[in-house]
Amino acid sequence: MARIIVITSGKGGVGKTTTSAALSMGLAQRGKRTVVIDFDVGLRNLDLIMGCERRVVYDFVNVINKEANLNQALIRDKRCDHLYVLPASQTRDKDALTKEGVERVLNELTQNHDFIICDSPAGIEHGATMAMYFADDAIVVTNPEVSSVRDSDRMLGILSSRSRRAENSEEPIREYLLLTRYDPYRVLSGEMLSVDDVQEILSLNLLGVIPESKAVLSASNAGVPVILDRESDAGRAYNDMVSRYLGEDVPHRFLNPEKKGFLSRLFRG
Amino acid sequence: MAVNPNPRNNDTDGPRSFELKAASFTLPIIRLIDNNIEAVAARLGAKVEKAPDFFRNTPVVIDLSSLPEGVGAGELPLLVGLLRGYGMIPFGVRGGGKEQNAAAEALELAVLRDSYVRRGKGASKAEEPPPESEVAVDEAPAPQARASKQAASPRRSNPGFMLITKPVRSGQRVYASGGDLSITAAVSSGAELMADGNIHVYGPLRGRALAGMSGNLEARIFCQDLQAELVSIAGHYRVSENIPVELRGVPVQIFLDQKILRIEKL
Repeated sequence: MARIIVITSGKGGVGKTTTSAALSMGLAQRGKRTVVIDFDVGLRNLDLIMGCERRVVYDFVNVINKEANLNQALIRDKRCDHLYVLPASQTRDKDALTKEGVERVLNELTQNHDFIICDSPAGIEHGATMAMYFADDAIVVTNPEVSSVRDSDRMLGILSSRSRRAENSEEPIREYLLLTRYDPYRVLSGEMLSVDDVQEILSLNLLGVIPESKAVLSASNAGVPVILDRESDAGRAYNDMVSRYLGEDVPHRFLNPEKKGFLSRLFRG
Repeated sequence: MAVNPNPRNNDTDGPRSFELKAASFTLPIIRLIDNNIEAVAARLGAKVEKAPDFFRNTPVVIDLSSLPEGVGAGELPLLVGLLRGYGMIPFGVRGGGKEQNAAAEALELAVLRDSYVRRGKGASKAEEPPPESEVAVDEAPAPQARASKQAASPRRSNPGFMLITKPVRSGQRVYASGGDLSITAAVSSGAELMADGNIHVYGPLRGRALAGMSGNLEARIFCQDLQAELVSIAGHYRVSENIPVELRGVPVQIFLDQKILRIEKL
């Protein structure tokens, strides 16, 4: 049985797809058989971030409509044998995701995988609710600003009411908070909410804090999940996050501004 | 394909012999006001004489709710005989006590609960929530009483009281009908609490809280950490902007004094 993880947020542009790519790659690198599904039908991006956009033949909606089987649609990652990508359809809309169809695909995937990552679209409409409906765990991606925090809060409410686990009165979805685009300098100057501020509002298990980093954009453009960039702070923070998700006790990093030495201050201004 | 030549093909379990469905009916009810069977017989006789066809083969329900507990159990067989004698088909009782219901069952009459018709409907839809879900946590845009009831895991130990132990998130609505609402977690901004009685919040209250929803002027709101967007007692409300700074973030009680909303430090 695979564990189904939804990456969700409510708000757009906070880093759901980046996180989905990083988490799936991180789990796969640790030997877990992982598949990452793009639920953003009509606005697919995950294939770009994963760098497999030129190998898409069939997609998630084709499998739901039984126009293709799973093996035809799954794209194996070239960097890691344990990782598969199931891309979204770009020519359809979210209504193509039927509950029965999604359930069938997930049931089939659960046979041969350890983790299924569902990259949710923004919003609280059909696509997002489909992505979360069958989830066991939810990672709520939040930026340290008030509108993102409120949207995440709303999402948490929906998670606890409109999921299969909630409807069947099973053990509720495990919810984790991931703060992304965190800038300790701006927190220090009071321009940005701190980890504690966000935690006070959302009171969730903090899975990680990903610092704002130029590496994220360049990794996205290159089609390489940023977790593979071990030099960057974002890559390292994502690695910590994966370890933490798997139960390791890893201290949080990048919460405070780096202490700059005299020379670097002199040269970087 | 417009017409299916063999409708039996539709049914995987072979030929269909019956369907189980639920329907509701409007039935005449005879409400007994006293157990003097002679008086009943005399009045009933007069009524039936006026419209004999109306009562012929009419199913009727006997309402015992006006009789004191235990009274009338002995008269029930007589009454049933009387009704049958006038051509009616007594088939059930309602509102009876234990003894009366036992007597009805001995006569092979159905014991109907007051909410019988509603329950009957519920039985046809498996997912309809049980009656106690009148207390429900609603998702504002798409009310799903059953699903969202678990959202904040309300526990109703006795009628008129509701306890929620998980955070109430933005967009969630909680309504404790007919009683108090207690919350031991945070209430986020954009969440809405409603109760016919008092509201108690032991985490930070950042959403809206409306007590005394059905007009109870005595209802109060108690909270440990007031950061609410709006508080209201029986329709008398105050928005966040009009809550003095010194009352924010501290334990307070909110109540009506001569129809004026007052917020007082605890």
